[in-house]
Amino acid sequence: MSLEKRLRDRGRKLLMPYVTGGITDDWTGYLRSFAAAGADAIELGLPFSDPTLDGATIQEASDAALARGATVHGILAEIEGLDLDVPLVASTYYNLVLRDGTSAFCAALRQAGVAGLIVPDLPLEEAGELADAAAAAGVDLVLLASPSTPPPRLYEIARRSRGFVYAVSRMGTTGERAALAESAGALAERIKQVGDRPVLLGFGISTPEQAVEAARRADGVVVGAAIMRRILDGAGPDDVGAYVTTLRRALDQESDERR
Amino acid sequence: MKDLAERGRFGDYGGRYVPESLVAACAEVEDAFREARSDPGFRERLGTLLALHVGRPTPLTPAPRLSAELGVTLLLKREDLTHTGSHKINNVLGQALLATRMGRTRLIAETGAGMHGVAVATGAALLGLRATVFMGERDVERQALNVFRMRMLGAEVVPVGVGSRTLKDATSEAMRHWVGATGEAYYCVGSVIGPTPYPWMVREFQRVIGDEARGQCAEALASAVPDYVVACVGGGSNAAGTFAGFVDTAARLVGVEAEGGAGASRGRLGVLHGFRSLFLQDEHGQISEAHSIAAGLDYPGVGPEHAYLRDLGRARYVTVSDEEVVAAAVRLARTEGIVPALESAHAIAWVIRAAGAGELPPGATVLITLSGRGDKDMSTLKELV
Repeated sequence: MSLEKRLRDRGRKLLMPYVTGGITDDWTGYLRSFAAAGADAIELGLPFSDPTLDGATIQEASDAALARGATVHGILAEIEGLDLDVPLVASTYYNLVLRDGTSAFCAALRQAGVAGLIVPDLPLEEAGELADAAAAAGVDLVLLASPSTPPPRLYEIARRSRGFVYAVSRMGTTGERAALAESAGALAERIKQVGDRPVLLGFGISTPEQAVEAARRADGVVVGAAIMRRILDGAGPDDVGAYVTTLRRALDQESDERR
Repeated sequence: MKDLAERGRFGDYGGRYVPESLVAACAEVEDAFREARSDPGFRERLGTLLALHVGRPTPLTPAPRLSAELGVTLLLKREDLTHTGSHKINNVLGQALLATRMGRTRLIAETGAGMHGVAVATGAALLGLRATVFMGERDVERQALNVFRMRMLGAEVVPVGVGSRTLKDATSEAMRHWVGATGEAYYCVGSVIGPTPYPWMVREFQRVIGDEARGQCAEALASAVPDYVVACVGGGSNAAGTFAGFVDTAARLVGVEAEGGAGASRGRLGVLHGFRSLFLQDEHGQISEAHSIAAGLDYPGVGPEHAYLRDLGRARYVTVSDEEVVAAAVRLARTEGIVPALESAHAIAWVIRAAGAGELPPGATVLITLSGRGDKDMSTLKELV
């Protein structure tokens, strides 16, 4: 089943928590706790030495995972056969994709059971080769849209993205922020006007209130740095699972109230 | 040779591998540059600044004593004599003028040894712009004098404490900062790296080196064109500017890299900082740290045009060791009275080695670009000489 269909079948506001692969010895425990806490998909970061779109928290998490010896293939080997009932969406930088070559990389994702792929430093114009390889392997290449994306380009991104469209809520890097950016809701609506794929808002969403606010105008949210901050501070799968549960409840409650 | 640079591609290299949030900003820079380069007013203004503020044209200086020792004819293109002491200022003034034309009020930059940062601080002061310079913590320590110099010129210097704390991380941090500031700030990339249009634009602003040298060689040499054209390569901007003047001649082009920072000689295909090129990386695809006695060459990649020239066989890329570099700096100082930057000494070091090994035929004519002066390296050299 396609990633998009799996997301649509959830029939609720979508929640995609993020974890950096290899961040601790028992890091796959976070995947299980996210699934149990009501995640609709999980973003799995494959750590890169130079994450140019990430703020301090994910940089620190990437460095920590790499210092522990994390590698793309090591991480993929650990998730193979995990049998989670939510789709995994890998995210990484293009250098790691090129290391294997686009076809081999996508085949390895597929082999490990990964459903989708996000590559933040690969804009539309450069994405052709990977899009073809991903399609051939049965992996959905998710494209990103940003507040600075002009209308014709936004249409093209919505058209060529697979699975969902990742809406970058703000002009900036990943990381927790005091408030959801003004640009977030407007971008989500612009994307929904030009296409019918699900739209997930990410960047700077860390509290249940921010998640609810974002999900009013998008189909769901991505929460990354807020989770990694907790993990870097020592929170185990249960603790982080409890936090994801608060996000889940807030999203569900809001949906119920609006029904 | 057809100029592929304008299309942002150099064979398999180049491109614009940036987050979606930077695509519009890069396109805006590209449009503005295309307009500016065909605007006589812009070219005239830049030409005036280069003449009156930078002191161009820089001389082509014969090096008779070292030439006699090596049995070849050396000519030195003296970028070390520019205002601020390195070729970096050529590019910065072009981009700073472009920034004002685009209505930007602040320059963002990365710097390694600090020479690009000093040039940016200088250009910003000259044109009434603010400047924010990102510099790895290790380089802040190694190049304390340049840090003070930038601050003296009114720039804000932001030490970068992540990763290897050198040029690679300063570049990442400058890009992150730019994502959040594209409305008011202009990213002034210091080398022939980065997303389209930077590798092309920076080369065009640096080609003044090669164009001047071509004309000067025509007067200085019976053959008009030297047999060899040699320049050091980190990201590769002084080499790109120099080569641009000779790529359509029979001159052999040689780029000299640091042994520990040899992107063109030892890199593998990859993508970093917005462009596809050759990068030093481990077996898993993680970018390696570069190591060189010359902070300006501490970059794990090489500009996309150099990767392309290498593949074509039009330019050759070689490496020299830190020891050869220090020896070359001393030798040039004592034979010609010129103390080169350690970066530039890489070019001298290869010529010394190649002449000694008979690789340069006796009597060969060799143009070397001296990209900068050695003042900034005195504390490093003091420990070694």
